[in-house]
Amino acid sequence: MVLIFVGLGVWDEKDISLRGLEAVRNADIVFAEFYTSPLAGRRIERMEKIYGRKIIVLKREDIEENDFILEHAKEKNVVLLSAGDPMIATTHVDLMLRAVENGIKTEIIHASSVYSAVAGACGLQIYKFGRSATVSPPFRDVISEVPYETVIENRKRGLHTLLFLDINMSIGYALNLLEEIERRRMSSEMDAEMDDELVKSGDRNEDDCDMRAGGMIGGISDVLFVGIARVGASDQVVKADYIDALRTYDFGDPPHILVAVGNLHFMEKEALIKLADAPLL
Amino acid sequence: MATRGKKAVERVKQLMDRTNQIRNIGIIAHIDHGKTTLTDNLLAGAGVISSELAGQQLFTDSYYLEQQRGITIFSANVSMVHEYEGKYYLINLIDTPGHVDFGGDVTRALRAVDGAVVVVDAVEGVMPQTETVLRQAMRENVKPVLFINKVDRMINELRISLEEMQERLGRIIDEVNKLIKSLKPDKYDEWRLNASDGSVSFGSALYNWAISIGTMKRTGIGFREVYEMCRQGNMKELAKKCPTYVAVLDMVIRHLPSPLEAQKERIPVIWRGDMDSDIGKAMQNCDRNGEIAFIVTHISVDPHAGEVVTGRLFSGTLRKGVELFVSGTYKKNRVQQVGVYMGPERVEVEEIPAGNIAALIGVKDAVVGTTLSSVEMTPFESIKHYSEPVVTVAVEAKNTKELPRLIEVLRKISKEDPMVRVEINEETGEHLISGMGELHLEIITHRIEHDEGVPIITSPPIVVYRETVRAKAGPVEGKSPNRHNRFYFEVEPLEQSVVEKIIAEGIQMEKDKKALRKKLLDAGMSMEEAKNVVDIVEGNVLLDMTKGIQYLSETMELVIEGFRNVMEKGPLARERCRGVKVKLVDAKLHEDAIHRGPAQVIPAVKNAISAAILMADPIFLEPMLEIFISIPQNMLGNVTKDLQGRRARITDMKAEGEFVTVKAIAPVAEMFGFASDIRSATEGRAIWSTEFAGYEQLPQSMFHDKVMEVRRRKGLKLEMPQPSDFISP
Repeated sequence: MVLIFVGLGVWDEKDISLRGLEAVRNADIVFAEFYTSPLAGRRIERMEKIYGRKIIVLKREDIEENDFILEHAKEKNVVLLSAGDPMIATTHVDLMLRAVENGIKTEIIHASSVYSAVAGACGLQIYKFGRSATVSPPFRDVISEVPYETVIENRKRGLHTLLFLDINMSIGYALNLLEEIERRRMSSEMDAEMDDELVKSGDRNEDDCDMRAGGMIGGISDVLFVGIARVGASDQVVKADYIDALRTYDFGDPPHILVAVGNLHFMEKEALIKLADAPLL
Repeated sequence: MATRGKKAVERVKQLMDRTNQIRNIGIIAHIDHGKTTLTDNLLAGAGVISSELAGQQLFTDSYYLEQQRGITIFSANVSMVHEYEGKYYLINLIDTPGHVDFGGDVTRALRAVDGAVVVVDAVEGVMPQTETVLRQAMRENVKPVLFINKVDRMINELRISLEEMQERLGRIIDEVNKLIKSLKPDKYDEWRLNASDGSVSFGSALYNWAISIGTMKRTGIGFREVYEMCRQGNMKELAKKCPTYVAVLDMVIRHLPSPLEAQKERIPVIWRGDMDSDIGKAMQNCDRNGEIAFIVTHISVDPHAGEVVTGRLFSGTLRKGVELFVSGTYKKNRVQQVGVYMGPERVEVEEIPAGNIAALIGVKDAVVGTTLSSVEMTPFESIKHYSEPVVTVAVEAKNTKELPRLIEVLRKISKEDPMVRVEINEETGEHLISGMGELHLEIITHRIEHDEGVPIITSPPIVVYRETVRAKAGPVEGKSPNRHNRFYFEVEPLEQSVVEKIIAEGIQMEKDKKALRKKLLDAGMSMEEAKNVVDIVEGNVLLDMTKGIQYLSETMELVIEGFRNVMEKGPLARERCRGVKVKLVDAKLHEDAIHRGPAQVIPAVKNAISAAILMADPIFLEPMLEIFISIPQNMLGNVTKDLQGRRARITDMKAEGEFVTVKAIAPVAEMFGFASDIRSATEGRAIWSTEFAGYEQLPQSMFHDKVMEVRRRKGLKLEMPQPSDFISP
């Protein structure tokens, strides 16, 4: 029959669209998942009460590894609820493709996403964002350098970087990871230099080293960050500052998200000061 | 004993400082050739036990189970004093077990010593384990001397003539020399054994007499006198005039090197660091003022003191309170006590200088083979074993309340004995203990019940199989659950020579990539593969054959994790894999790390490798034993019949007088209960021993049933697994 992806919007059960609500009420069965993005301000019981439907919350394996949803969608009208705008989660693209392969009709009902909400929260202009990345927790001793590299690359072009944080990761922890990545890159560069004859002859100068650490003097400590907690909630917190100050700032409960700021338009500068309590720039 | 013991301790303390007057030795032999009896004689001579008791006391068999069974299980360390040509010498002696189940202990003990007394039974001659232990000694650059034991049996049991006796003894010496020549050609001229220079002695440890060229000159008692006195049953007098310890310890002092001489040559063999560094020089010179370098060869648990770590000090001086780096950890341990051995007792001393065998308390993080040092240093080469744990029993606590205690005991045992592998399963409460053989496991379970007081239920012994492949397969694609990452693997058999080298030499991943590559090249791997090795798990390797794939380096740790999972639990029946070469040939990765985390990459890798193994003509390998049996001719029929019933392959048969020696190879699985069957088939007259003989492919006809047997035991689905169980076509 049909598989409808319904977005729940950024914060709580009231962010669903009217069209989305109708789809839920008309569906034969309603699933939801909260592993690609968090539950945030939502409560399943409240959703069930307001939407008037029983909601079945699925685990990751149910969507990725089983054909559970597709089996239902072959004969019924199925709604899958997810936080934010559904296709922002890459896994849902895969599910949609599998549905198409199985001859199941699909539909998307959009809702607000953190992707656009961030621009609203801190006043940065959306067309000035570069690639985004996720700060993910280390596995054993390995930390993905992708978020760090992305920030550096974007900054070279004067662009902002949206950094998603792993579910429940705090801004302070994410900043520590970024610093750790930088520290490791510096020390491996230094090691490489030790083999270098230039070093032995004393020709190395300090600036070279800093350039390698990310193409800017002082590395990541020179980057202005904006931390945002609980986007779209009434107690949303937005704060712009440099890494040392931001690390200990109390943002309260997750979800948290970070923006690494690139070159600023004067309107953006004003917005950061007025909306995000940025230090004088 | 108390006062005599005290005196002996005082002398030991004095001599520890005179490096030229120290000998660190081991006694090695085939089982039952009389090592422990010899040890007791030596101790009696040194005044540690009374001479009347020597020969019966089996002093070093301090573990009561050893005394019951009359065999030596755990190496014990003993220090004693002997006078030779007007000077006193300190002899640190490590007794080593002869039973094949405890082979790991022999290799470890040899690391600590510089010389070895090889004991050979005059009647049985050179036996297979004589060769095995001699090979181990040669590998460690440990110099041998020879004691031919049980000469009285030649005279009184075989009743051969004096001439024939001398001729036979000469043949034994020739045979041992032949072994030395083939195992260590570069040292043969120096190490060649020769009765006329005194590097061989002859005697009877049981009756406590021995002669050598040196004692013959002093006492006037030679082969003729020995022959006559034995014939007359007058061995008591012989023991009085030529006690065993004099001939043997004289030989040890004269022909085996002091630490000062030995360490110059042994350090380059057992240590791969820079010989010109300070620590390298200190060790080669046995320098007591250098930094401390110590290798752990034995760990035991003392009810009062806790863990006792024994080993050899190659340089520096050990004192209470010193802090030592523990190799393989990032920790430092403080030494709470240092001591030497007198029989099974440990005596605390102030300090121990380089060249001695020492016992330490307080070194909690060490395991056998660990290097302890006062500065950070390259650790000693890993101690090589020639056997693997191949027999397993499952144990569970009779009383669920005892469960935590059982886990604690199992952890302790696996720390003390590196040849034991323990798998703790807290969910089912059924824990697996793998050991070298039936007897080894019997002793461990006995210890758990009787020494540690934890009543357990023990399963019958189970054979541990290995999963391997016989063909090439792949590339096989593995997709991550979110389908955003793809890995492509090929699987093929790893060359047999490489597998064996990796296992025998304990080749592992190490920081020094060049050194690793060289080891792998030496093992016979091609350059192209050796430089791409990213993980080694026992006899399996993972190769990264890709080039320049973005983000792969930060994903490799997860790929390795998935590879290890499969190598530890293969796709056929979750047995370990062996001899599998896995090649990563391509990968497609999502750029964002969150979409290629553990939950995505590990299953993708596991599934692809598992499916590839199943497509590569998989088979079980089963562990084999080589069996040596010596029996009277007329019982040959009974023995060959028994062996045939055990899928054994007879490889050699040699008649010598009344006796026949049979060599055979048989699966471990068929050898349970062999001890009692052979006893009844030969009225107890068979002399036999076994050696681990590696793995062989299970006959194809038994493959299906054995896989199902293991799957049933593990509660797996009773169907032959298929590639489609792991990947979608």
